[in-house]
Amino acid sequence: MANTQSMCTSFLGELMTATHNFGTAPTRGSSAADTFKAALYLASATINASTTAYTSTGEVTSTNYTAGGVNVTNANPPTSTNTSATAGTGYWTPSASIVYGSSGSPVTFASFDCVLIYNSSQSNKSVSVHTFTAQTVTSGTFTLTMPSNTTSTALLRLVTT
Amino acid sequence: MLVMTTKGEMDDALLEKKTGTIDNENETINWIEYWLEDELVHRSVDMVLKKYTVSGLPVAASF
Repeated sequence: MANTQSMCTSFLGELMTATHNFGTAPTRGSSAADTFKAALYLASATINASTTAYTSTGEVTSTNYTAGGVNVTNANPPTSTNTSATAGTGYWTPSASIVYGSSGSPVTFASFDCVLIYNSSQSNKSVSVHTFTAQTVTSGTFTLTMPSNTTSTALLRLVTT
Repeated sequence: MLVMTTKGEMDDALLEKKTGTIDNENETINWIEYWLEDELVHRSVDMVLKKYTVSGLPVAASF
């Protein structure tokens, strides 16, 4: 046997569950998963890696759309898997599609191309920004179906090589 | 079939239906539109994300 330098794969998944704390952690009321939300942004907005928390600036507006967006379904906890002898991936994907509007409560959005995933349990701190081909919705619905929750396609991945 | 439109629920027989697909490496988009003469009265979008769109690359320091 030989020793191999690497960030431990289990650590990657545990980062997503706040198992490790190298600094000052927020006080949590329970060990339950936080509530995450998904807000949509106009194509004219500026949402990117520098976005530290949810903002209503540049967010879409519509009847039947509440500022802040909708809750993200999170039935599956993060997973970590060794992808080789020296590498691994921690990953997570929402467990259901993110849906805006319904047939009885339609939405109308001007051109939008971005969804911000953020933690509404922790001061609305940002998690990730996902962009896509700009779309409009008129008295309709917008359904964002998640990719498969695998090491290569999950929505959020932390990877060692 | 009744369709929710900018003018309330309408029978789709009164409307022109258009559909389309955009497919790229990041997503597949299926959209459906209903038109009343020259006016767009309904547009819905179903977007399927194909793969991750963000990732991090943690690296352990070498000594």
